[in-house]
Amino acid sequence: MNTSVISIQHNLMQKHRQDSKERGHVSIESVGISFGEGTNRSIAVRETSLTIKPGEFVCILGPSGCGKSTLLNSVAGYVTPTTGRVLVDNEAVTGPGPDRGMVFQQYSLLPWKTVLENIAFGPRLAGHSAAECHSIARTFLAMIGLSKMEKRYPGELSGGMQQRVGIARALANYPSVLLMDEPFGALDAQTRLMMQESLLDIWSEFGTTVLFVTHDVDEAIFLADRILIMSASPGTVIADLQVELERPRQSEMATSEAFVALKRTCLQYIRAESMKAFELRECNA
Amino acid sequence: MSYALANNKPPEKAPDAVQVPSLPDQPMPNASLPSNNERMAGRLAQAVKSKQAQSILVGGLSLCLGILLWHLATLYKFNFFINFENIPSPLKVADAFVGHLAEPVFYTHILVSIRRILIAYGMAVLLGVAIGLAVGRSRLARAAVLPYIEVIRPIPAVAWIPLAILMWPTEESSIIYITFLGALFPIILNTIHGVEQTPEVMIRAALSLGANKLQVFWHVVLPAALPSIATGLAIGMGVSWFSLLAGEIISGQYGIGYFTWDAYSLINYPDIVVGMLVIGGLGTLSTFLIKVVTRPALRWKELQR
Ligand SMILES: Nc1ncnc2c1ncn2[C@@H]1O[C@H](COP(=O)(O)OP(=O)(O)OP(=O)(O)O)[C@@H](O)[C@H]1O
Ligand SMILES: [Mg+2]
Repeated sequence: MNTSVISIQHNLMQKHRQDSKERGHVSIESVGISFGEGTNRSIAVRETSLTIKPGEFVCILGPSGCGKSTLLNSVAGYVTPTTGRVLVDNEAVTGPGPDRGMVFQQYSLLPWKTVLENIAFGPRLAGHSAAECHSIARTFLAMIGLSKMEKRYPGELSGGMQQRVGIARALANYPSVLLMDEPFGALDAQTRLMMQESLLDIWSEFGTTVLFVTHDVDEAIFLADRILIMSASPGTVIADLQVELERPRQSEMATSEAFVALKRTCLQYIRAESMKAFELRECNA
Repeated sequence: MSYALANNKPPEKAPDAVQVPSLPDQPMPNASLPSNNERMAGRLAQAVKSKQAQSILVGGLSLCLGILLWHLATLYKFNFFINFENIPSPLKVADAFVGHLAEPVFYTHILVSIRRILIAYGMAVLLGVAIGLAVGRSRLARAAVLPYIEVIRPIPAVAWIPLAILMWPTEESSIIYITFLGALFPIILNTIHGVEQTPEVMIRAALSLGANKLQVFWHVVLPAALPSIATGLAIGMGVSWFSLLAGEIISGQYGIGYFTWDAYSLINYPDIVVGMLVIGGLGTLSTFLIKVVTRPALRWKELQR
């Protein structure tokens, strides 16, 4: 690695740290999303408004099918809201872009690119030189503890490893918002805990705004500064709860009073909503 | 930047300590049989090798048996529903083949055919992949092109001969056209199939990393379609050879297909079989070459668990 590359990277990181205090402001303004036309029309997200501060770690909780992914996808730019709009740093979202990194539940690494090439893909698209891209990618590989795997193909990696590479790939663009849609949903319980801790470490280093969808209450409380609970389908945010647990989060906190109390509150909301969803289905049947 | 996370690795692999002590370099509890494992490993390797050797052996034997049956059928003039009375024996065919090897004109036949294949197949690859990609990606292209594919695809190469003669200025171009058509459809269809298989989530990921449409196409859609395209290329190569045979009915001079038809009209039976076998051999060889050429691009697939 030559010195100029290192300094470029150093500058990127410095710049990101400074920016992250101002970058990553998300505002969802009266967003409603429906699919289909005419009689097939179905509402996925009811009018929702909320704002997220730069650097905040926000989890979205809700029963299955309530529109969590759809709402997240509107921030990512994959879905255009039927009404309202999404602003990220005061710019309206019109489509997917590198300022909003995305991590999916399914493995979405490009299987024909090596681990290193996958992480270097974003910087490469941004027009960095090959040497810069590799150097950036190696930094992130080291951060996720997979330096030895750089020449491997995704198909050779375990699910947990692939997901870490996915996070590194999203971060290599220094996005102002990191969007995660049940990223650990497919992992076993043990790996999942490790991944949650890793993610918090990366986040504390990085300071990026995170919008994290999950239906695991424990996961949400362990990770988030703030939990948004969505109603049954068609969903909208019905509760906005602050998580008053100190950082860094420890796994022992799961038995603390504050944790348990918050968990009870969340579960009450979700149970009520799930019941509604269930009854609705029964009525329609 | 902190590297603290390197320590938080979840245990991806089973820890080394749990390894069963079965490696040859580890002493076995039963010291009187130190080479037991080595011998077992050796036998395993042999078994794998012998399996390969076995299938080659069986394949060879099966071929020999076929030739022997052919020989016997011609020797005893087998005639029960299938008639072998006028079929040349394998020895006669081999004789004729060796005789032709000494004639320069035989090589001309082969080279002229290879040239036609190269031109026709080359064009089919360029056009077939291009059309397949367009149809796979764009709804408009799909609506416009698919009806043609559905209608033209089932028409066999031979049926094109009269029209090809009328359409194209030279015999050569008519033959190349017919060969080209044969290769075109498998390539188009497999390319479309490959493009359609591209996982949506990978396209989304690329878009979120800053890729534009062209970059999504180049970095995601094309590589995702490549395994299927490679299959299409191999099938297309096979089909182009048998379309060539049909097309060379037109030719008045050269080509291995012409050689075969000519032998038929001259009632030179051994040469018919020589021509058939040469076409079969060249077809197999060229299909194999296509597989070898496309293989490096599919390496990532072989490594998948
Ligand atoms: N592209 C689409 N076309 C039509 N309907 C859709 C589409 N995407 C989502 N929906 C519908 O919108 C609703 C919300 O779906 P969404 O995937 O956002 O839910 P979710 O909360 O993420 O569920 P899960 O927890 O199961 O992931 C569902 O009823 C779904 O069927
Ligand atoms: Mg979802």
